[in-house]
Amino acid sequence: MYSTKIVKAENSSAAVQAIGSSKEGKILAGGMTLIPTLKQRLANPDCLIDISGCGLEGVEDKGSSVRIGAMTKHAAVAESSLVAKAIPALADLAGGIGDRQVRNRGTLGGSVANNDPAACYPSAVMALDGTVHTNKRDISADDFFKGMFETALEEDEVIEAVSFKKPEKACYMKFPNPASRYAMVGVFVAKFSDGVRVAVTGAGEEGVFRHSDLESALSSNFSEEAVSGVEVSSDGLMSDIHASADYRANLIGEMTKRAVSS
Amino acid sequence: MAEVSLKVNGKVENHEVGENTLLVDFIRETVGLTGTHVGCDTSQCGACVVHVDGVSVKACTMLAMQAEGSEVTTIEGIGSSEKLHPMQEAFHENHGLQCGFCTPGMVMSAIELVSKNKSPSEAEIRDGLEGNICRCTGYHNIVKSVQAGAEKMGG
Repeated sequence: MYSTKIVKAENSSAAVQAIGSSKEGKILAGGMTLIPTLKQRLANPDCLIDISGCGLEGVEDKGSSVRIGAMTKHAAVAESSLVAKAIPALADLAGGIGDRQVRNRGTLGGSVANNDPAACYPSAVMALDGTVHTNKRDISADDFFKGMFETALEEDEVIEAVSFKKPEKACYMKFPNPASRYAMVGVFVAKFSDGVRVAVTGAGEEGVFRHSDLESALSSNFSEEAVSGVEVSSDGLMSDIHASADYRANLIGEMTKRAVSS
Repeated sequence: MAEVSLKVNGKVENHEVGENTLLVDFIRETVGLTGTHVGCDTSQCGACVVHVDGVSVKACTMLAMQAEGSEVTTIEGIGSSEKLHPMQEAFHENHGLQCGFCTPGMVMSAIELVSKNKSPSEAEIRDGLEGNICRCTGYHNIVKSVQAGAEKMGG
């Protein structure tokens, strides 16, 4: 790891200030992606701003939604009785990320800000019509994810929390890569009174995306048969050593069926 | 350089280290406890698992400064050669190791697993040890050891 400086921020405005006064400062949340990246010398920030002391942890019931602090660990979401009751699919998703030690340190905000194309959380934010709350503004999920590792976050912006709308029914189905356990394809299906949202992770060349054909099919008929009637195109899907675009397209249909029938 | 102060196995450790020092290097190089191992460079193998404030973490994927003020427990802190921890005893009795390199991490992960689930099933143990790799592929006896360890721990 290159040498760097650590700043412990007491609140998000102090964190933003520290970024402003650094050359290439980076926010350090749980560090489950950032620290391995630093160890490989794939990044060389002059300053790491540790936001673990900013009071951004916790889960709150907001009536029609659940608000989760950015620094809430995956293990805490997986074990939260509030989340298990309001949006069990979200607790399941958090409990399936990485391994136990990753879940003990990894955070919601870190995952969402990083927007790894194979991360689980972005699909939940998209499918549950989420809102990303930063120190400056509220950003809807549809406007937040801008492509692989790209988000709408500006330099002077820190995620403070994410809100997820409570669905009538939801399920996340992941086909994990057998080595990394990241999603080769993950599909989050959420049924609301006014329609169904389907978000796909692990497959898109531009990262997480909503599948409009599956959404309209399931909105009119919430069944496996409706999914069978949709031809999932491989256009825009990733091909790599793990799976071809066609294989991923097939998995999208399969994971959607499993999510619908669960 | 920065001053880091934390407790390792109950003893206060106050040292000046580079700000980019990993917790595992702090434990091994600065404190001198080499039971915590480094088996990869990619945060995957789990040989470095320790407990920070009672929670299992990969010490290679945390900076020493992030553990400031915490209580760290390493494999040296759970038992002694004269009086092994029940989980260590179970690994010993069930031949839960071959080369032994992954064992400290396996034992630390297993203790946390059992603290949350007193009598885990085989599937739950395999799932709970997802973050620990045994390069000898000796998983069968590791799972048996954890089951026996859970019983000894009062499960």
